[in-house]
Amino acid sequence: MKHLRSIPELGADGLTRLLELTNHMVEVNRRPVPKVPALRGRTVVSLFFEDSTRTRLSFETAAKRLSADTMTFSVSTSSVNKGESLRDTVETITDMGVDAFVVRHKSAGIPWQISDWTTAAVVNAGDGWHQHPTQALVDCFTVREARGCERFDGLTLTIVGDIKHSRVARSNIAAFSMLGAQIVLVAPPTLLPPDVAHWPVTVSHSLDDVVGRTDILYMLRLQSERMSQGHVPNLREYSERFGLDARRLAMLPSDAVVMHPGPMNRGVEMLIDPSALPNSLIHRQVANGVSVRMAVLFDLLAGESSAGNLREVAP
Amino acid sequence: MKRDNNAKRGSNAKRFVLKGGTIVDSRGERRAEVAIEGGVVVEVGEALSGDAIDAGGAVIAPGFVDLHAHLREPGKEEAETIETGSRAGAKGGYTALVAMPNTDPPQDSVAVVDFVREQGRRAGLVEVVPSGCITLGRQGEALAPMAELAAAGVRIFTDDGNGVQDELLMRRAMEYGRGLDVTLAQHCEVATLTKGAVMNECQCCTTLGLPGWPAVAEELMVFRDIELARITGARVHFLHLSTARSVDLVRAAKRDGLPITAEVTPHHLSLDETRLMSFDTVYKVNPPLRSPRDIAALRKGVLDGTIDALATDHAPHPRRDKELSLDQAPPGMLGLETALGVALGVLEIDLPHLVRIMSINPARIAGIEARHGRDIEPGAPANLVVFDPNITWQVAPDELASKSRNTPFVGMTLRGRVRHTIFGGDFTVLDGEAQR
Ligand SMILES: [Zn+2]
Ligand SMILES: [Zn+2]
Repeated sequence: MKHLRSIPELGADGLTRLLELTNHMVEVNRRPVPKVPALRGRTVVSLFFEDSTRTRLSFETAAKRLSADTMTFSVSTSSVNKGESLRDTVETITDMGVDAFVVRHKSAGIPWQISDWTTAAVVNAGDGWHQHPTQALVDCFTVREARGCERFDGLTLTIVGDIKHSRVARSNIAAFSMLGAQIVLVAPPTLLPPDVAHWPVTVSHSLDDVVGRTDILYMLRLQSERMSQGHVPNLREYSERFGLDARRLAMLPSDAVVMHPGPMNRGVEMLIDPSALPNSLIHRQVANGVSVRMAVLFDLLAGESSAGNLREVAP
Repeated sequence: MKRDNNAKRGSNAKRFVLKGGTIVDSRGERRAEVAIEGGVVVEVGEALSGDAIDAGGAVIAPGFVDLHAHLREPGKEEAETIETGSRAGAKGGYTALVAMPNTDPPQDSVAVVDFVREQGRRAGLVEVVPSGCITLGRQGEALAPMAELAAAGVRIFTDDGNGVQDELLMRRAMEYGRGLDVTLAQHCEVATLTKGAVMNECQCCTTLGLPGWPAVAEELMVFRDIELARITGARVHFLHLSTARSVDLVRAAKRDGLPITAEVTPHHLSLDETRLMSFDTVYKVNPPLRSPRDIAALRKGVLDGTIDALATDHAPHPRRDKELSLDQAPPGMLGLETALGVALGVLEIDLPHLVRIMSINPARIAGIEARHGRDIEPGAPANLVVFDPNITWQVAPDELASKSRNTPFVGMTLRGRVRHTIFGGDFTVLDGEAQR
C-alpha cells in the first residue's frame, strides 16, 4: 500500500489486513510503556487545512507511539491562496524530508492531487464530503471488537442523518458492505446525495420505520449550517424525525449498538444523555482511533523490513 | 513592445497562389487554386500565376471564427494576453476571435472595448472582436451603456462568466438590444442552483462527494430566455450548451421560428463527467462536463443544425491557479489550438458542415460576415485557413502558443490539423508554424 486515500481504493483485502494489524497495535497500547521503535527516523507531517484537533491528535499520538517524528502544518486555506499554490506548499514540505502526509481539507480529492506532487505517502484524514478512511477503519474495528466477529454478514448498519455531506457515511458504506453488512440510510431527501440509487443501500425517510430492525445505529452529526442552506426547516423538526430519543431507544433491539463519529450535537441528533445509552460504542470509537492510525502508518511506512518490525510490535 | 506593423504589411502586397487544395465554403466543395494579393482573394481557378504555396490534399476554407475566447487582457495577463491568445487562435486556424468581457476592468465601457480591439490590431494575428457586457461590471444589476458600445462597434453582448439572473433586467436588455440590432449571448446558469458546485450532478458526484451542478440550472435559463426572446423579438445566442434538454429546448424554439442561435464547445462534445474521478482540476469547467447521454445529444444537435456554432470557451489559467483544491480552482480550459482536431475527431461531420459551424455561422452571429466566413471568390478578404482533415496528431503542451497549459486534450488523438492560416492576406501560420 502506497497511500490510504479511500476505502474503495484500499479494497477488501487491505481493509482486512489493516483491521488485523490493529489488533497488534491494541496490544502495544495496553503495555505500561505504549511505544515501539518501528518507525524511528520516519517523519509524519499533519497538513490540516480544516480544524480538527481530535483527528490530528489521534494521528500524532499514533505516530509518536511508533517512534516517528511529527510535524504539524496548519494552514488556513486563504493563506495558501495568496500567491502560493497548494502544490508549492506540498513541494516545500516534501523538500524538508517527510515520509507521510496526513491531510485534512474541505475539498474532495485533495489526497489525490497531493500524491501527484510528492513522493511521500498520503493518508486521507478527511477530504470534503468524500472519504475519511481511518474513521471507517475505526468503526469496523469497533464493531468487530463489540460483536466478536470478523465479518458483518447478517448485520444491518443504519446510518442516520446528513449522508449527503458526510465523508464518514461514504467511507462506512464502502467498508461495511465489503465486510458483508446490509446498509440502511435514513434521512430526509435533502440530506441524501442526488444519485443514491446506485449505492448498495436501502433508503428510508423514517427512523421509526427502521430503528426496530437495526444492529448498528450510526448517528451522524447535523451541522447547523444545513438550516440556513434550506436542507431542513429547523433543528426541532429534524430532531423530532431523526434524533435518538428515549422512545426510539426503547424500539432498538436489545443487542443493537449505537455509534457516532463525534463531535456530538446534544439536543439535535442525540436527545438523550449518551452516557445513559446501554449499548453505546462511542467511547470505544475514540479509544480505538489511535490503534487504527498506528496500523495505517505502520503499514505505509515500515517498508521492506515490515516483517521484522511487526515482530517488534507483536506480543 | 509595439511591433513594427509597416514591415508586416509589406508582405501582403505580393501575390501568391494556394495550389493543390479543395475549396470548402457555403457553396460546397470544389478543387481550385486561389490567388491572393493585397489582402484579398483576386482569382480562383486553374493554373494561376504567382508564388506557389502548397495546399496539396488540404482544405481551403474561410478562416475560423471563435464566438467565445477569454483572452484575459486587460487584467490577467499572467494567464494570456491578446497577443498570445491571438497566436493560439491563428495556430488553430482562426482569423477572428470574439473576446469575452470578463476582463478587469470588464468590457462595459467604450474605453475598454477600444483598448481590446486596438491590442488585437497591434498583435495583428486575428481580428479581435470585443463583446460588450450586458450589465455594468457584469454585476447583473444595471444595464451597461449598450447603445454607446454598439456605436463603438460592439455587435454581441454577454455577461459571460455570469448569467443575467434578474428576469426583468434580461427582458429590458433584450428589448433595448433589439432596437440596436445586436445579439444577446447568454451564459445559462441559475446561480442559486450552482452555489459551490464543482461537477455535474450525477452518479459520479454522489460517490466522489463533489458538490453537484444540476443540468436544470442551465435549462431553466435557456427556457426563460427563449420565452423572453419570444415576447421581445430579440436575437439571442446561447453560449456553451451542455445538456440534452437544452438542445431540445433550442430545437423547439427554432421550429417556432425564433431568432435563436446556439454554440457548443469541443470539450462538451468529447469529455464526460467521469474525468473528474481523477480529481484533476484541468477538468473543472463551467458548465461542467456532463454525461455520455448529454454528449450524444449535443453531437446530434450539431449534426441536425440545432447547434449553429462550435465555440471554444478558451479559458487560460496560470499553473498556480489550477494547482488549488477543486473547490477553489477556477473553471475553464484551453481550446483554440485543439478545436478543429477535437471536432473532426468526435463528429461524423462532412466538411462543408464543419466549415459552417466553425466559420460561416459564427461570423454571422458575431456580425462580422462582411470580413469572415465568406465564400472564396474574387474580392473576398483573404481571411482563410488551409487544413489537413485526415492527419492525426497528439497535443504536446510545450508546443502550445497559449501562455497557459490547462488543456484537457493531452494524450487524446486528434484528427485534422491546420497547415496555413492567412489573415488579411498575410500568413500568420505557415506549414503549422506561427509566423510571428
Ligand atoms: Zn460561460
Ligand atoms: Zn466563457
